[in-house]
Amino acid sequence: MSAFVPFVALVLTVFVLAFKAWPAITVNGVHFLVGSSWKPGNVYGAVSTTGGVAHPFGSSYGAWPAIAGTLESSAIAIVIAVPVSIGAAFALTERLPRWLAEILRSAIEILAGVPSVLLGLWGALTLGPLLANDVYPIVANHMPDVPFFSFFRGPTGHGEGLLTSGIVLSLMIIPIVASTTRNLFAQVPALPKEGGEALGMTDWEVGRKITIPWVRAGIIGATVLGLGRALGETIAVAMISGSLLNTIAPNIYGTMGTVAATLVTQLDSAFADGTGFEVRTLAELAVVLVIVVLIVNTVARIIVRRTGHLAAPVGGVI
Amino acid sequence: MVVGGARVASDGYPSTHRRRIADRVFRAFTLLALLVIVAPVIWVIAGIVARAVPHWRWSVLTTNTVGAGGGLDNAILGSLAIMLGVLIVAGIFGVLGGVYLAELAGFNRNGKQRGAVLRSATEVLAGVPSIALGLVGYLALVVEFHWGFSVLAAVIVLSVIVIPYIARGTEVALRQVPTNYREGAEALGMSTGYSLRKVVVRSAIPGIATSLLIALAISVGETAPMLYTAGWFTGTPKASLFHQPIGYLTYPVWTFWDYPSDQAHYLAFDAALILLVMVLVLLVIARLVVARSQRFAENRRN
Repeated sequence: MSAFVPFVALVLTVFVLAFKAWPAITVNGVHFLVGSSWKPGNVYGAVSTTGGVAHPFGSSYGAWPAIAGTLESSAIAIVIAVPVSIGAAFALTERLPRWLAEILRSAIEILAGVPSVLLGLWGALTLGPLLANDVYPIVANHMPDVPFFSFFRGPTGHGEGLLTSGIVLSLMIIPIVASTTRNLFAQVPALPKEGGEALGMTDWEVGRKITIPWVRAGIIGATVLGLGRALGETIAVAMISGSLLNTIAPNIYGTMGTVAATLVTQLDSAFADGTGFEVRTLAELAVVLVIVVLIVNTVARIIVRRTGHLAAPVGGVI
Repeated sequence: MVVGGARVASDGYPSTHRRRIADRVFRAFTLLALLVIVAPVIWVIAGIVARAVPHWRWSVLTTNTVGAGGGLDNAILGSLAIMLGVLIVAGIFGVLGGVYLAELAGFNRNGKQRGAVLRSATEVLAGVPSIALGLVGYLALVVEFHWGFSVLAAVIVLSVIVIPYIARGTEVALRQVPTNYREGAEALGMSTGYSLRKVVVRSAIPGIATSLLIALAISVGETAPMLYTAGWFTGTPKASLFHQPIGYLTYPVWTFWDYPSDQAHYLAFDAALILLVMVLVLLVIARLVVARSQRFAENRRN
């Protein structure tokens, strides 16, 4: 019977969210996905009724800035995490003596275990200001003013914002991608690699042409799973992103908000809404988040199922 | 073309010189990547210690929070109480679920293992963002059931978050128990249930214990779902499951870190340090359990 608990919890989650969000879905309409103003309205004033649903006068919800911020920050996290994880997995399996590799693997396990609120604290107080003072201005001043690269130009802010969020998010998904990739590399048989070396291939060529192709599907699966984690990460991003509601970052350093961060930062405001409409709207936001994350995770599982299992941070597989 | 020299480029192969440089760059990159991962770990830990220790007062451990100052006794006791609750609820359902999936699910008529749907549900649940589960806990338990911010709501939501890890960890640990053990138990005439209890589960205990420790580390570090279910309470936790908010360690970090007072900052970093120590202790014990159980295993993991 206990095995049914996750199943029941999953069904209840979907049911409760959909049930609670339904009035908000009907009132907010498509504007919720494409609109870019998030206004709780006057919670102490008159109550309006739209289609039989009570909500504060003047309330209007558009979540596009949060959705865009989620996609952007997760994309940055993936772009950083994947090459770093693959490189580190190579170093751990091929290059280092076993005792040193064991110690470094423990460090990755610890990184997986550090609570996100602590990474958020570090990102907001230590890493963010450091990057904003010493690194971002140099990058911003040397980027050419052409499409794509111009996104890296402009004011660099004080450390809170899109790029800092992406960097901290990448640290949170690196343990998943790196430990899975390491385990996959360890499963690649020695003979093809030795054959490549006997043909005079360098380590880089062996890696690029033999080891990585051998486990490519597994790496992609772990990456997509990490993407799911980055999309749903809440507290650290809420501390580092600037947690804005109606702003899409003008450049890569700009402050912004994400779906998950909005869910936690609008908590107090939602409790203050006597009609309960903002809580329903947050439920709608959660529905959007859950749907996206479930699609991403399902894709990851399908890819991974062909190649074996993902690595857990500590003690084997998950 | 210079045979035996550096350039054979006219055959369409890259020059040896360039290949050698590419290889050097690659080797440097792998070590740099490792540094990029390991340095933040040390940096985060050292940063929290460096900010918390200069202002450390031992009275933090024994006094309750007052506004944005005072101590953290209420939060520490609250976190421990919630961990105990999670250990009981998630431990029971997670371990039994894992035992079912690994040992009892059996095979259906087509020769496929049953429980595939349940296993998928477990994996899917592990991917649902914890904030969404916290919101569901708020909507269903806190509001709809009229429990208010309460210990039980927090424990149930945290348990739902960690049960997939425990179930999966238990299932994997059980699958690593050699088939010989089960056959031996059966040859001695043990019933399935008896051999499960006395032979199979017992040999899987290190793996199960590890997954429980990881689950505790996850649950003590969660913030977002706690804000929605546990609320916050500055008094010593009360022995009441309903209508009674409770303190926990992630709240002072999340709330006080950007307050405009030094007092609040000190409290945030004290909470961060205590949280860090608790998580590290749990992870180190988990690691030791794994290392100890593998020392005597037949096939050591590389």
